[in-house]
Amino acid sequence: MPRKECVAMLLAGGQGSRLGILTKKLAKPAVLFGGKYRIIDFALSNCNNSGINTVGVLTQYKPLALNSYIGIGAAWDLDRKNGGVYVLPPYVREQGGEWYKGTADAICQNMNFIDSLNPEYVLVLSGDHIYKMDYSEMIKFHVENKADATIAVIAVPWEEASRFGIMNTASDRRITEFVEKPRHPQSNLASMGIYIFNWQMLRQYLVADEQNQKSSHDFGKDVIPQMLEDGQKMYAFPFSGYWKDVGTVDSYWEANMDLLAEQPELDIHDPAWRIYSVNPTRPPHYLGPDSHTANSIISEGCLIYGEVEHSVIFPDVYIGPGARVKDSIIMSHVRIEANATVDRAIIDQQTVVGEDAIVAGLPEADGRKIIVIGENVTISSSAVVDKDVASDQQLAAGSGQEER
Amino acid sequence: MQNVMGIINLNESEELLREVTKHRPLAAVPFAGRYRVIDFILSSMVNSGIQNVGILVLSKYRALMDHLRSGKEWDLARKRDGLFILPPAETQPCGSGDIENFYRNLDYIKSSRQQYVLIAGSNTICNLNFKKAFQFHQAKQADITVLYKEQEIQQDDFKHCAIVDCDADGRIVDMAVNPSRQESRKVSMKMYLMAKTTLIDLITDCAARGGTDFLMDGIVKNVGKLAIYGYPYKGFMGRIHSVASYYHQNMELLKPDRWQELFFKSGPIYTKVKDEAPVKYKENAHIANAMIANGCVIEGTVENSILFRGVKVELGAYIKDSIIMQKCTIGANAKLENVICDKDVSISAEKWLKGEVNYPLVIEKGTVI
Repeated sequence: MPRKECVAMLLAGGQGSRLGILTKKLAKPAVLFGGKYRIIDFALSNCNNSGINTVGVLTQYKPLALNSYIGIGAAWDLDRKNGGVYVLPPYVREQGGEWYKGTADAICQNMNFIDSLNPEYVLVLSGDHIYKMDYSEMIKFHVENKADATIAVIAVPWEEASRFGIMNTASDRRITEFVEKPRHPQSNLASMGIYIFNWQMLRQYLVADEQNQKSSHDFGKDVIPQMLEDGQKMYAFPFSGYWKDVGTVDSYWEANMDLLAEQPELDIHDPAWRIYSVNPTRPPHYLGPDSHTANSIISEGCLIYGEVEHSVIFPDVYIGPGARVKDSIIMSHVRIEANATVDRAIIDQQTVVGEDAIVAGLPEADGRKIIVIGENVTISSSAVVDKDVASDQQLAAGSGQEER
Repeated sequence: MQNVMGIINLNESEELLREVTKHRPLAAVPFAGRYRVIDFILSSMVNSGIQNVGILVLSKYRALMDHLRSGKEWDLARKRDGLFILPPAETQPCGSGDIENFYRNLDYIKSSRQQYVLIAGSNTICNLNFKKAFQFHQAKQADITVLYKEQEIQQDDFKHCAIVDCDADGRIVDMAVNPSRQESRKVSMKMYLMAKTTLIDLITDCAARGGTDFLMDGIVKNVGKLAIYGYPYKGFMGRIHSVASYYHQNMELLKPDRWQELFFKSGPIYTKVKDEAPVKYKENAHIANAMIANGCVIEGTVENSILFRGVKVELGAYIKDSIIMQKCTIGANAKLENVICDKDVSISAEKWLKGEVNYPLVIEKGTVI
């Protein structure tokens, strides 16, 4: 196979346990987002738009939805003669096999894959961030600085800096120190979990890290601090623009709502940087004579007779006459029957909300703004739901709800 | 149905579609928000199990080729069989009829593996499964089976269609285009099932005896000679042959029953994917009875209309009873009624444009007003 300059390794094995019900059946990168996408579409589309056509996708946790979604990568134009997309699950060797123990271990276990392509650089990406970024700019920066490693950073508000891995840098952007969740941050440049390494050097560090019994085999915790300690040339690539880790239900909901702003920071309508996805074969949606829609995004195949305000609606959703949906995320194939109300809720695929039912998050005093209703739930007519509901439940009116 | 190949014959009258077919064949006219006319017959064939489809193109076919490309969206990018574009021979004089076109492409027909062939036009809008018609064809041991739909033929949409008349057994006893006395309400759907050998005989026979028109010389003249049967189709069928019928057939899809039947009943309708984002409705959007495709950004009012992919409707704009094709921009406070905007039209702010229901105003592709 011809040599590749840069190979992307996309970490997509995470469970995303803080997303709770949403990741009960699938890995976090496969969670639906933004009215038609899955979270992983952003990283894969960035690869395509940046001219990177060889991507290894490391999967582990409940990979069925993710594997079948990625397929041969045609949706992102990654079905290539040379390169393309490779789904890389953990595997068994002669002396048994192991799960991916950490981010660095996942790359280490696929050393033979990267060796077979023999790239100059390896780009390590995370499959659970929402952002648009031109990786070719970052590679250019890496090459110009003759760096051994480059880490993409974003300026975060100072008051939030202690929640992130923070880079302290010299005036030429060379990284002097990396501090994980510092109590008194000296900088507000947070690591975005996007790294470029010179492959031959990374390879040595991965081998050494694998031997280290005390290591947690994580890039942020082990490999990068070790490289810094050894005085390798590491630079911080500054990124400005929208970037969000949708790690919790609240941040997931907020990132969806961000798309509804008058001028959203992340413009999904920009033809110059398309976000690709597997498109459902569905007709344009239909809005009935008495429907009302404002500040919302709505996808193909929907039939809408009721009211939709400040919400994200995925394909094939039915919203009956008199129904009201506000500040919510409604995923594919959901039916909201006549006169039902959905307020501050995330409703997962195939769920039915019966006539006159009310599904509403409690006021913010509860600590969280919104409730999550799992996949394939049936909420009967006139039921009132104000707590999370796990997938595959039948809720009769007045039966109470499942505890969180 | 694996033993059936499909041929889509684009020899269709286009003059009544005026500006809409100036740059493209009827088959490639955008329809229903995100489709082209040909998607319906092509998807119906594919959903019925046909895996080998040849398209007899005539002229102006760049737009069509751009739409179909490898045929991948219809699952027709196959190692064997799949999609074939069959262009006319370069020497073919204009108006020499479609027999010539078939004749020049006989090699493709002969070398295909399938024993049966389904021939159809592109401008019949329907979503149907051909399995039952094929079973009917075999059970009757017919030479040719013509699919027809019984309906009101006074309607403008079905002008210049062939009308068939069947006996009790279903055998066609008469078939005519614009007959002086209409005793039958059975409208031919321009879809014919036959054995491949029958087709080859028909074509070579016509070519040898000066026949030029597939319908007239190939089918109509053989009524009574060959065992030609009519298969009654019961579902929805639309036909596009003029601006008025184009407008009418689009508007019909604002009836949710129609929408449901055409897009979901017997399988999905495939088309070229554009990876457009979901539609964004802003604060002051007001929509009533409309079909809107992905990629649109809407701030104004849209009533009884169809918007194609990537249309921008600015604040205060008012669109009523109109069809707005791909990537049009309707400026602030502009007002449109009974208008068909072709692709890439830009209507600047404050402009008012109005057509009539029976004569919608057509704005040519790329016009800036």
